[in-house]
Amino acid sequence: MSDLRDLYQEVILEHSKAPRNYRESPAWNRKAEGFNPLCGDRFTLYLTLDGDSIRDASFQGSGCAISKASASMMTQSVKGKSVAEARKLFESFHRLVTGLGHTNGDADLGKLTVFSGVSEFPARVKCATLAWHTLEAALEGKQETTTE
Amino acid sequence: MSIGAKSVSGTGLDLARVRADFPILQRKVHGQPLVYLDNAATSQKPRAVIEAISRYYEETNSNVHRGVHYLSEQATSDYEATRKTAQEFLNAADSKEIIFVRGTTEGINLVAQSYGRAHVGAGDEILITEMEHHSNIVPWQILCEERRATLRVVPINDAGELDLDRCSRLLNSKTRLVAITHVSNALGTINPLHRIVEMAHGWNVPVLVDGAQAVPHMRVDVQALGCDFYTFSGHKLYGPTGIGVLYGKSALLDKMPPYQGGGDMIMSVTLEKTVYNRLPYKFEAGTPDIAGVIGLGAALRYVNSLGIENVRAHEGAVLGYATSAVSAIPGLRVIGTAKEKASVLSFTLENVHPHDIGTILDQQGIAVRTGHHCSQPVMQHFGVEATARASFGLYNTKEEVDRLVGAIEKVREVFA
Repeated sequence: MSDLRDLYQEVILEHSKAPRNYRESPAWNRKAEGFNPLCGDRFTLYLTLDGDSIRDASFQGSGCAISKASASMMTQSVKGKSVAEARKLFESFHRLVTGLGHTNGDADLGKLTVFSGVSEFPARVKCATLAWHTLEAALEGKQETTTE
Repeated sequence: MSIGAKSVSGTGLDLARVRADFPILQRKVHGQPLVYLDNAATSQKPRAVIEAISRYYEETNSNVHRGVHYLSEQATSDYEATRKTAQEFLNAADSKEIIFVRGTTEGINLVAQSYGRAHVGAGDEILITEMEHHSNIVPWQILCEERRATLRVVPINDAGELDLDRCSRLLNSKTRLVAITHVSNALGTINPLHRIVEMAHGWNVPVLVDGAQAVPHMRVDVQALGCDFYTFSGHKLYGPTGIGVLYGKSALLDKMPPYQGGGDMIMSVTLEKTVYNRLPYKFEAGTPDIAGVIGLGAALRYVNSLGIENVRAHEGAVLGYATSAVSAIPGLRVIGTAKEKASVLSFTLENVHPHDIGTILDQQGIAVRTGHHCSQPVMQHFGVEATARASFGLYNTKEEVDRLVGAIEKVREVFA
């Protein structure tokens, strides 16, 4: 049962119960819907881009503890970053949750490393990455994305 | 904890022996004895089915209906024996009314494409219900769109039962077919088919029944029900995947155009004109899933050997026990509380997403389904995104229910 605590770390549970940036950003200029048709998780992500920099990131929607906590912490992590930095962060986050390990070129994931336990639960990788795929869609100017 | 040592008294099933028939039940998952409660998705297979399939490939593999050699005759005889077994299982009037299909989904699509295209036109109506599986919604949407017909829907109440008054009012002279599930996969509701068939026949409207969730749990007599089509999948009935049965009244099937063209479904072919084969072969184009049919035959014989009434009594006892046990868990809401139910226990837990319930149960060796169960309209009715669903088969025990309850307590602990 120790694996369960690796997945459901206190930080993750706390973010899932009280998600940060859970609102519609007042001045958003990019928006995308993220949907996982398998489990019904659905989030709307709002970005306020100022040139190449992410001024604000927020989200609303519903999903499991992993997807909600991931969305919450993702919005915190990308705020203030450049688009290129945010993309780099997703790449590193993806390596973390799929168990590909850390490389020298990886971005500093900071507290996002609490999601490392996800790699032991392949069925939950899509939950952890849904918000990030939605971020990518928003940055590319797409209206929606699905993880299937 | 040992599982299945005790049989449930008074149901006529020797559970220890039954469980020994299913090799997979001996295995462990995440270090714990497997508790398999995802039978509505697919059931496990008894040794008799696994061996029948192996025996076919090892001893009689050959194509059916066309060889004069020994192996082909043997394979054809085993293949056709299943048709007879399926006819008896459903109490169909004639074995030519039994058509082998890939599963319930294909059975419904066959009727939608063949009967539907021949009989449904602009302005006509098809009647389904709010509790249908997507496989009994989408084929009708496709047909209606193509034919500019209208899909009408019988609503359910908050217990998950059909509104029969509305059903009666929705039937009219434009209705061309009623397509309805016998047992709901998401709620477990058993529908009062007799009454619905009676209502539909009052308007001369044929009824197609999705029997995927019914045949594993109860006696089905298509002549007593009076339905015009009845379809089910082998894999939910302890048989292999990829094979199922469509029953249709021969008077209807005879007049229907073929569903697919190919070998086996023809009497004679010239480049100008083809004469179709008689029933049931008219609807079985191409080399069929011979091993699957033989495996299905073994599954039907296995269930017959236990007695479907015994299965129903046992599963009813397990479902009743499980329903009262989980209802005592704080924050747990049972979705689907119809008076007549079979083997499905859908639930949600306050402040915990079903997906998280599924992962935590899995870590304890318990397999349940979480999600919308291909029944999104049902989820919308109850205002939930998803549920966790425990669904019982003939080998499940009250001891396994106890493990489920303990595991749900663990979910509450993690999310406390």
